[in-house]
Amino acid sequence: MQAELIDIRNHLAQYPPFDEMAEEMLDRVVGDIEVVYFKAGSQILEFGDPSSWLFYVRSGAVEIYRRSGELYNRISEGEVFGQFGLLMNRKVRFPAKALEDSLLYKIPYETFQYLWENDDGFADFVEVEDRSRLRSALSRREKSNQLMTSKVTRLISREPVSAPCTVRLQEAARIMTEQGVSALLLMDEEGDKPLLKGIITDRDLRTRALSEALASETPISDIMSKNPISIRSSMFIFEAMLTMLHNNVHHLPVMDRDEVRGVIALSDIVKYESQSSLYLVSNIYHQHDVKGLKKISEDVRDSFVRMVNEDANSHMIGSAMAGIGRSFTQRLLELGEEKLGPPPVPYCFMALGSMARDEQLVVTDQDNAMILDDSFVPEEHDEYFMALAKFVSDGLADCGYTYCTGDIMATNKKWRQPLRVWKDYFTDWIDNPKAEALLNSNIFFDLDGIYGETEFAEQLKTLVADKASNSQRFLAMLARNALNRTPPIGFFRTFVLEEDGKHQKTFNLKRRGTAPLSDLIRVHALACGSRAQNSFERLKAIGNTKLLLDDDLGNLRDALEFISIVRIRHQALAIEADRQPDNNVRPEDLSPFERSHLKDAFQVVSGAQKFLKFRYNAGVARNV
Amino acid sequence: MSNEETAENPVTSLPWPEQFGALAEQSKSPILRAFYESGCVSPDTPLSEVPLVALDFETTGLDATRHSIVSIGLVPFTLDGIELGKARHWIVRPKLPLHQTSITIHGITHSDIDNAPDMKDILKDLFACLNGRVPVVHYRNIERTFFDVALQWRLGEGIRFPVIDTMAIEAHLHPDRNPSRWQKLMGKKPVSIRLADSRLRYGLPHYAAHNALIDAVATAELLQAQVLHHFSRETRVADLWL
Repeated sequence: MQAELIDIRNHLAQYPPFDEMAEEMLDRVVGDIEVVYFKAGSQILEFGDPSSWLFYVRSGAVEIYRRSGELYNRISEGEVFGQFGLLMNRKVRFPAKALEDSLLYKIPYETFQYLWENDDGFADFVEVEDRSRLRSALSRREKSNQLMTSKVTRLISREPVSAPCTVRLQEAARIMTEQGVSALLLMDEEGDKPLLKGIITDRDLRTRALSEALASETPISDIMSKNPISIRSSMFIFEAMLTMLHNNVHHLPVMDRDEVRGVIALSDIVKYESQSSLYLVSNIYHQHDVKGLKKISEDVRDSFVRMVNEDANSHMIGSAMAGIGRSFTQRLLELGEEKLGPPPVPYCFMALGSMARDEQLVVTDQDNAMILDDSFVPEEHDEYFMALAKFVSDGLADCGYTYCTGDIMATNKKWRQPLRVWKDYFTDWIDNPKAEALLNSNIFFDLDGIYGETEFAEQLKTLVADKASNSQRFLAMLARNALNRTPPIGFFRTFVLEEDGKHQKTFNLKRRGTAPLSDLIRVHALACGSRAQNSFERLKAIGNTKLLLDDDLGNLRDALEFISIVRIRHQALAIEADRQPDNNVRPEDLSPFERSHLKDAFQVVSGAQKFLKFRYNAGVARNV
Repeated sequence: MSNEETAENPVTSLPWPEQFGALAEQSKSPILRAFYESGCVSPDTPLSEVPLVALDFETTGLDATRHSIVSIGLVPFTLDGIELGKARHWIVRPKLPLHQTSITIHGITHSDIDNAPDMKDILKDLFACLNGRVPVVHYRNIERTFFDVALQWRLGEGIRFPVIDTMAIEAHLHPDRNPSRWQKLMGKKPVSIRLADSRLRYGLPHYAAHNALIDAVATAELLQAQVLHHFSRETRVADLWL
């Protein structure tokens, strides 16, 4: 090797298996390297091609696929690929494609063989890596997900297309056709600089204008979506995806303060990450009956596994799954209204529990309710809403969201009530707290309007946020309930195991892990008057009030993320092995790394429960 | 030779392969005759089939008549691979004194220079790497001009050869790289076509060190990226060489 190539050698020397290699050997490797550049999107290895090189990624990123076309792994700077083919029959086993513009170092087979025979560290690395990766996704190294590391600005491909909000329907449609866009921004151009006032999309033109046969001279401001949901240009693509999933919008203006930088569409994200769960969501809206929805619901688990394999974090997976659940519900409501006719009075369909918290996984039942307009007259209207609720609930059950065993569903008359009754319910729960009753109504304190007059749900959130923080008795009672389930950790840092249905010694990661955590986070969040529903966002809100120390908050966040992700991976592994996913984990199924970190995480939960007990005086029964 | 082509000379207006043939007959230096005899690919050859060599000189300054070459780096390559094992690097003794400023750029010291051979002693090795390959440089006015002057000096005869210039390609891609005063006011930034800046546009990594060899490797990588982004493997070599 020429001494002037030291830069190249030093790069290799930072990464295994080259980091522990003897200097002369590494020099030899550098001397045998051929450098080659691949443009993003180009194929590097085709299945079955002769395999003659080990590839090292100097810069960029590469995706490795299974023969079936399923994404197997993502390789980035300092990592190698191509070893399987070299070790087996010198034929490419895993096709590879450049995800980004990539500079690769090709190490020839002869050098590979020499290293494999003469350097034990190297041989172990390429072989062990092979075995462990094929065996389980659990020990997979933490790698960043594309959607989580790229900014939304990356998806902006053109200047925003806009028109004054004074234009007429036909003019707006003409601009959209001419410019070839599926959304048009409508600006208030009265002031010094134009301000974003609304947005109109292809879908709006179809559903609001064409189907209603509106006159071409209709002012666009009559039918545009006012004050559209937007995102900041500094946000990541996955945040844009969450925003779309959560709000069921397919276009997002990207803003720099009050200036529009561009618009990104759902299809842009789908194109960027064709496997994303948004693709599934957009498919849901194309189904015209329950049968079609049921067919698609079979893809939900695949989508879940894919996200896990792409190392998405628990917030992203929970939100995506909740977004999918929401979309099924919304589409079922649309189909129900088509079948039963328009609703006699306005209503809001409300998600409760994990869906409302954006923390849904694959094993989940349905928890929902309906808030009806106060003009609701049971004798005249309830037949309609009962039928609609039943249609949705049966449809959800068909799509894999089992009926709620506690009967917390809109089909239950008790949970299909006018807004004023709902306000009475919440007022009673907060003003006259009884531990027993609260245990059952806990789930209502995670709520989110997902269809219809979502304003109703917002009113309930406001009521809870205002009242709960002022009721010490309510908080104490809630805190007591949050202490019912303790983490499965013994005095000497041993796991406390229970026997599960299959007579195996396990611990339950939901009942003894994520559930007690979200319970205690809910208490603190209500105490500081937060309207947030998601546990991570609640932690952020708690942080703003200084109710907990920053260190404690960080620990809680890490514990929640770690327990959640172990639970998620456990379920993904079960799905991949064709077993029914559950929450029961045997300690021997975990890697030493996970065992040790889980114990730490459970200890954080334990400590947080002690603080909760002290902070809200929850140790003593106060039911006087 | 200066890089101005003289219309009167019938040889220099020939296409490169024929010109190499004619120069081989005219040349008195055995080294240069061998170089021309090793031939030049046909102008219609697709880029993917052209044997290339990335070449970089570090010099004591920019003027070939006043400054000298201090180091030479090269690496043979094709679009399919840059062969690091065949990379070469030489420090050569300049005819003219080393400027303080260029020392800091190249990291080459006076003692390196004192122990270095004269360029004439390495010509055999150098040409062994060049023969039959099309040189690729970033900014041809350095390599082509300095090489010509250095050989005039040592062999009494200059050299002519086609080059692919990655900087000329960038210049062509960014014709409006220097914003007008008005555009500057509007915040438009000039586009740099220097080697390191050009590489950034293709996602190529940054190299900490600066020497003739790593710059040659960097130039080879840049050409691979340029071809894949703006041309194709089938592009004729005549479309790119100058």
